[in-house]
Parts: sequence; structure tokens; C-alpha cells
Amino acid sequence: MASTSTTVPSAGPVVGSRSFLARLRDGDEIARLITFLFAASVVFITLLIVYELWQGSVLPRHKFGFAFFRTTVWDPNADNFGALPFIFGTLVTSALALLIAVPLGIGAAIFLAELAPARLSDTLEFFIDLLAAVPSVIYGLLGIFIVVPVMRDVVQPALKNTLGFLPIFKGPAFGIGFLTAGIVLAIMVIPYIISVSREILLSVPRDQREAALALGSTRWESTWKVVVPFARTGIMGSIFLALARALGETMAVTMVIGNTPSIAMSLFSPGDSIASVIANQFTEATGELYTQSLIELGLVLFILTFILNGLARVLILVTSQRGSAHA
Amino acid sequence: MSMNAQLRWRKFVSNFMLTMTGVCAAVSVAVLFFILGYLVYHGGASINWDFFTKLPAPVGEAGGGMANAILGSAKLLLLATLFGVPIGFFGAIYLAEFSGSKVAFVVRYAADLLNGVPSIVIGIFAYSVAVHPFKHFSTFAGGFALGVMMIPITLRSTEEFLLGVPRTLREGAMALGASKWKTISTVIVPAAYRGILTAILLAFARVAGETAPLLFTALGNRYWSNGWNEPTSSLPVMIYNYALSPFEDWHRQAWAAGLVLLTLILIINIIARAILSRGISVPRS
Repeated sequence: MASTSTTVPSAGPVVGSRSFLARLRDGDEIARLITFLFAASVVFITLLIVYELWQGSVLPRHKFGFAFFRTTVWDPNADNFGALPFIFGTLVTSALALLIAVPLGIGAAIFLAELAPARLSDTLEFFIDLLAAVPSVIYGLLGIFIVVPVMRDVVQPALKNTLGFLPIFKGPAFGIGFLTAGIVLAIMVIPYIISVSREILLSVPRDQREAALALGSTRWESTWKVVVPFARTGIMGSIFLALARALGETMAVTMVIGNTPSIAMSLFSPGDSIASVIANQFTEATGELYTQSLIELGLVLFILTFILNGLARVLILVTSQRGSAHA
Repeated sequence: MSMNAQLRWRKFVSNFMLTMTGVCAAVSVAVLFFILGYLVYHGGASINWDFFTKLPAPVGEAGGGMANAILGSAKLLLLATLFGVPIGFFGAIYLAEFSGSKVAFVVRYAADLLNGVPSIVIGIFAYSVAVHPFKHFSTFAGGFALGVMMIPITLRSTEEFLLGVPRTLREGAMALGASKWKTISTVIVPAAYRGILTAILLAFARVAGETAPLLFTALGNRYWSNGWNEPTSSLPVMIYNYALSPFEDWHRQAWAAGLVLLTLILIINIIARAILSRGISVPRS
């Protein structure tokens, strides 16, 4: 440590005192300029995305205003576009996904961080990372040919027989629909929840656990009442991250949701989501207003994920800093 | 006695809940093996030489393959790498070696934002700038869309690995009178090359399976694509189209394509991790 603090000040002035021309000759200034252009292009592309989405959705924004989000009729022939069914579908499927994925993911993360020996934990984490790398179209493929038949023939009839009095489990069992899309999404986002939550739990200082155990709590009590609350903010962050993924997920949802814009009480009902309608209709969209309405949906998706990702980053950062400050 | 019973209850709850967490972990990991097993079972039976060498058969006819989609995916990924990796790599060098903290903050923020943009929105963006102005779908547009997605992953991890290079190496080079650029190109980048290679491979694997950005950029093609300016078929889009088709034989080929694609992606992931774990260990912050 001492050596760095003594060398840095002496190295600084020497570099700084070389003339601009000398640095130019060494290639430093050229390298700085070239790498700067590449770095700046990242910012440029990001801004360009915002600009294109905003500029590309001028017509529907002016024509419909906020009614775009409140009306339910999506009729390209009549040039009438209301996005509520798609927003509904996206929110319902994402909420379902979290309902399933959060308990499962956090449970698994607790096992990996608190219980499993380091070797086993790392091996399982390796598999979880691979799972996160599986492309969504593969999830969609398995969704169509495995999850949909199982839902239609087993799960949905069973739910109907036992909980059929609830309005959310009424109606014919098609296999496709909100519930199926939610389940496929849940499977897809679990790896994200596990990976991030595990990191967060591992960053909780050891003395927290030891103090709880010394006070006579069982292993589960120290985990659930001390470690998890300590990591709560970061775990929330992982959930937001998963939610952002679920909202923007396209292929797997498109393949199992049914692609019928509808707002229904029943989770068995086929529906549609923001990402799915864009994937399905964008190439076929004729007329500026139609295309631009789809782009406006893209803008909505962009804004939603932007907010969620931002929140997630802040929460995860806060918790891991709290952990390291303690250690 | 009641004290004892309470303790026994608490211990039971503890053991039960901890077992449940184990079950959660087992179920989550089992999904991977289930996916693999199912793809190998269904896809393995459908893979044959035709799959790799033949064009898709006319609609409704059995047989044929996905040779054009395999070549199309390769072309798209080549374009994506040529576009995305230089921006990510040199951008990371700027962040790690040249920039002040304010500029670095803005670039990092933009990269993280870009990383979170849903792939379908990237598709819209690529359509707006690379398809709409030219009035036709093209391999270029698809490669551009995938390339944009590679930028943030390459940039952020490369930067992390560059910053992980020990300070002493930097100072040693400077003390010998090397210019900053010389130091970067002959000392720092070589020291971090395993990490950088891993970052690029992971970015590559991530976009290799992307479907949504290709739907309205590269579109699809049932024949060979005549050059970079034409729409092209790709494996992920073929899986999507074939899985939704009403034909048995196309379903069979979708499974085969799924197996090929997933095998490729998992192998790249495993190689990337192997490269990293055998190289210099850079602490992840």
C-alpha cells in the first residue's frame, strides 16, 4: 500500500509535463481520441434508441394521448388502437411469474448461500448460470410441446375441480393462456433471482449469523430472522431485475399466451402481451398509424424496464455496500 | 416439559424449512437437466445429415434441412461480433484507462441502460435505423441488432477485467518509459486477455439464441440468402416458425434446431468459464 501512495504522485507530474506533441507522437492522444469515440458511440446508440422510439410514435401519441393506455379496442382496420389488453396481459403474466419464482428462487438462494458447502454451492451456481443462458425460444419450444399439453390435460382440470369456484380458475382449459405464460416466465426468471440473491446473502457479514446463533436461535431462525432481513433490500433488487426481464420477455410468452387481446378474470383465458403483439404484428402492420402504435408499445416497454432496472441497481448496490462496510 | 416441547418444535421447523430450501434448489437445477434431456431425446432422434446440408423442403413436404439457417446464423453472428465487440472493447479501454469519472459514469450508465432494453425493443430500433430507411429487410440489419446487444456485455466485463490488472504492472511499464498507449497495448490488455476473451464469448453466446431482434430485421428466408443485403434465415427464427407450424415434420426439425442451438450456446458458456478459471484470477467486485 505504501509503495503505491509514494509512486503515484511522482509518476503524475512526469506524465503531465510531457508536451501535447510528445504524447501525440507516442500515440497517447490518438489512442485517447479513438477509444473515446467508441465509448461515446455507446451513449449515442442509447440516446438514438430513445429518440427513435419517441419520434417513431408521434402519430398515436398525438391522436390518442392517454386514451391509448385506457381503451381496449385494437382494430387496425378502423385505425383504432387501445393498448389496455396488452398492458393487462404483460402485468398479469409477470405478476404470476413472480408469484411462483420469488419463493422458489429465494428458497434456492438461501440453500446455496447458507446451507450448501462451498463446492456444491459453486457447482449448482454453475448450472444456474447455464440455465440463464438458455435462449427464450427454447423455453418457448418446450412451453408449446410440454407445458401446454400438461396444463390442458392435468393442471387446469385439477385446478377447476378443486378451486373452480374462484373466478380466476373458470372457463375452458385450452392449455395456452395467461397461467401457462406466467409459469413459463417463472421458469425463465428463477435463475436471475437465485444468482443475485445468492451473491447478496453471501455478502451478509458472518458476525450477524454468529450473534444470532450465540443467542440460541436455530439455524433457520438465524437465517430467516437475521440474515434475510439484513439482505432484504438487495433481494428486492433481484426481484425487480427479474420483473424487468419478465416484462420484456418476448418469444417464450408469444409462443404460449394465445395471442388474443383480451382482458379476462380467468387465468385460463388466452391473452396477449406488449412484447408478443409487437413480435406478431410488426412486420404485417400496414399504415403509419398501425406501425407507430406498435412502436409506442415498445416505448412503454422501454420506460417500464428502464425504471425497474434502475431501481434494482440502486437496491442491490445499497445492500452489498452495507454488507462490505460491516465486514 | 413445555420448554422442551417448544425447543423440539423450533428444531423441527428449522430442519423442515432448511430441507425445503434444498428442494427449491434441486427443483431449479433439475429444470436445466430436464430441458437438456428433452432436447437430446427429441432433437437427437431428428438430427441427420440432411439437417445440416439441405434447404428447407417446400411447405407441407417432409424432409429437407436448415443449412441456410445455419449459415444465416453464422453470418449474423459474424456481423454482430464485428460491430459490437470493437465498440465494447475500445470503449472499455477508454473507461478503464483514459476517462475522467464523470464521462465514465455517463458511459457506464448508458451501457447498463442498453443492457436492460428488452430484445424486442432492440428489434424495433434496428428496424427504424437499418430497415425502414432502405425499404428492405437484410442480413446487415439483423447483425446490427445483435451487435447492439453485444456492446454492453462486452464493455462492462472488459472494463472490470482491465481494472483488475494489478497496478504494479502499469507502474512498471510506465517506469520503463513506455507511453500510455504502449503500456495498454503491450502490458495491460495481454494481462487481462483471458477475462476479455471470456467477456466476448459470453456476449456471443447471449445473442446467438436471440430471436426477437431478428423477426423484423433479418426476417427469414426459405432459400439461400444472396448476399448481405438480403433477408436471411437463422436458427432461432426457424425454431420459432417451425414450432408454431401445423406440420409434424417441422416440429421434428424445430427440436433438432433447438438441440443444435442449445448445444452451441452451452459449449461456448462452458469454454468461457474454463478459460477464466484457469487464467489469472481477477477479483470480481
